[in-house]
Amino acid sequence: MKRSTGENIFDTANILFLIILSITILIPMLHIIANSLSDSIPLMRGDVKLWPVGLNIDNYILVVKNSVFLNSFKITFFLVTFGTLVNLFLTFITAYPLSRPGFRGRKFFMLFILFTLIFKVPVIPLYLVVRSLRIINTVWAMIIPTAIQAFNLILCVTFFKTSIPSDLIDAAKVDGMSEYGILARVVLPLSKPIVMTLLLFYAVHHWNSYYHAILFITDHRLRPLQLYLYQMLSQSDVNDAMANANELTVNTTPKGIISATVVAATMPIVIVYPFIQKHFVKGALLGSIKE
Amino acid sequence: MASSIGGNGLLRYIKRNNALYIMLIPGIIFFLLFKYLPMAGLIIGFQDYNPYKGFMDSEWVGLKWFIRFFSQRQFTRVLWNTLIINIYQLVFAFPAPIILACLLNELRNLKFKRTVQTIAYLPHFLSWSIIFGLAFMLLSQETGLLNQVITAFGGKSVAFLQKPDYFRTIIISAQIWRDMGWGTIIFLAALAGISPALYESATIDGAGRWKQFLYITFPGLLPAIMILMLLNIGRIMDLGFEQIWVFLNPLTYETGEVLETYIYRWGVVEGKYSFTTAVGLFKSLIGLIMVVIANKTSRKVTGESLF
Repeated sequence: MKRSTGENIFDTANILFLIILSITILIPMLHIIANSLSDSIPLMRGDVKLWPVGLNIDNYILVVKNSVFLNSFKITFFLVTFGTLVNLFLTFITAYPLSRPGFRGRKFFMLFILFTLIFKVPVIPLYLVVRSLRIINTVWAMIIPTAIQAFNLILCVTFFKTSIPSDLIDAAKVDGMSEYGILARVVLPLSKPIVMTLLLFYAVHHWNSYYHAILFITDHRLRPLQLYLYQMLSQSDVNDAMANANELTVNTTPKGIISATVVAATMPIVIVYPFIQKHFVKGALLGSIKE
Repeated sequence: MASSIGGNGLLRYIKRNNALYIMLIPGIIFFLLFKYLPMAGLIIGFQDYNPYKGFMDSEWVGLKWFIRFFSQRQFTRVLWNTLIINIYQLVFAFPAPIILACLLNELRNLKFKRTVQTIAYLPHFLSWSIIFGLAFMLLSQETGLLNQVITAFGGKSVAFLQKPDYFRTIIISAQIWRDMGWGTIIFLAALAGISPALYESATIDGAGRWKQFLYITFPGLLPAIMILMLLNIGRIMDLGFEQIWVFLNPLTYETGEVLETYIYRWGVVEGKYSFTTAVGLFKSLIGLIMVVIANKTSRKVTGESLF
């Protein structure tokens, strides 16, 4: 099929535009990586653009030795592992009954949950509830109040309804298996895709979010990564990192240290990203179709 | 056996299938505690809530907090900021993924398309703290990349992050940067769902690519666009807290403070619980009204609606 000149021009322009767009998307990240690896004098002079001027790892040395940074890393790591486990478990066992066709009260419970999707929880009363549960300023405040996300729950219910053959479940029941047994030995093995999706959604949320931390945590030792990062940025405060500076790490500046900290905080996601991108997109599609 | 008690043998059903109900218990408790109980807690917006008295014994003040909020000088400013930023989002940030999806759809080289998509999805996975960090390095007055470019052309460097005039532009630009790529997922799926037969018969009838876009592609996208737009409007008052908070500082309150950050500052930080609960109630009410209006309008104009 021959294309007209006009169409060819469009195609070329389109490709050019998308190339420029892709470069523009990458520019902020290239710049900050360049900052983190540059020598201090060019950095302070404003000579660093998209490539490091000089090669300098002193900033990173300070980041790696920054015990407060490492501590916030630890907190976030705990949230991403244990917290996600809690999310997965609770979402799973709540979704299963809701997916069983004959389950009496199903409609009621579904409405009960859907309602919360529409009306967002009021912040201050939530804060007061969490406070009265005495989990303010504990890690649990960052795990329990967000234990189940209604959207993910519905995703899980839909998956169970459409991908677990009911004959398998019926056969298991005839064999005398309890519902717990069915959940563990029939449903779970078949649930790899949804577990993957839920895991990703919850884990990335735990990694990136600072909202519940800023709401419920004032103890500095409990700050997760993103909260620590934000506070460091907003006050340009590099004292924690500088605490480890000595004669060997002279080639550092606040700007360099901050850049290196941001890069260090981004690295885990960037590394994992290529592997999870496909699953994430699939999960997002599943969710949006249900919408 | 009292089999007739508990109408329809409901009690017996529950007894026999108790496992399923037991499985639901943690989830139900969760939703009750962290979703419904706070909703009930909205009542403190009408009280002078005293944490030591609890809400049973706190004094009832009716609409006092609402009146106080409306008469504050900041009220119009905060409300206006919330609305205008949302409108900017709708006008600038919402169409961006749609346009990008259409452009991506026209690509014939799949490898190139996938590369662009991979790059475009990445920002979505970065936290707002990190995005603020990136913006900080680009926009800082002394040596930010953007200011480097400006001074190279002979201009004077600008303190972008501290001037109220730039706040909304920065917020919207950051949002587009982050979500433009990710937002294409839904639209690409919708585009893939348009029957190729339509395009074939259009080509046979002599319609060029632009006409095909106008009469086949765009109408095919319209349902997805409308539903998504309605969902966005529904969240209109729920401007992402994390997104605004990282960029907000006292110098930019004038154009940047929105209802959500206002509630946080005066509620969680300053402890004015009742007052900010009332503000939150007001916020939800406005949001609800907007969704209903938008839904009705959408149904009249395009036939699509949420409910």
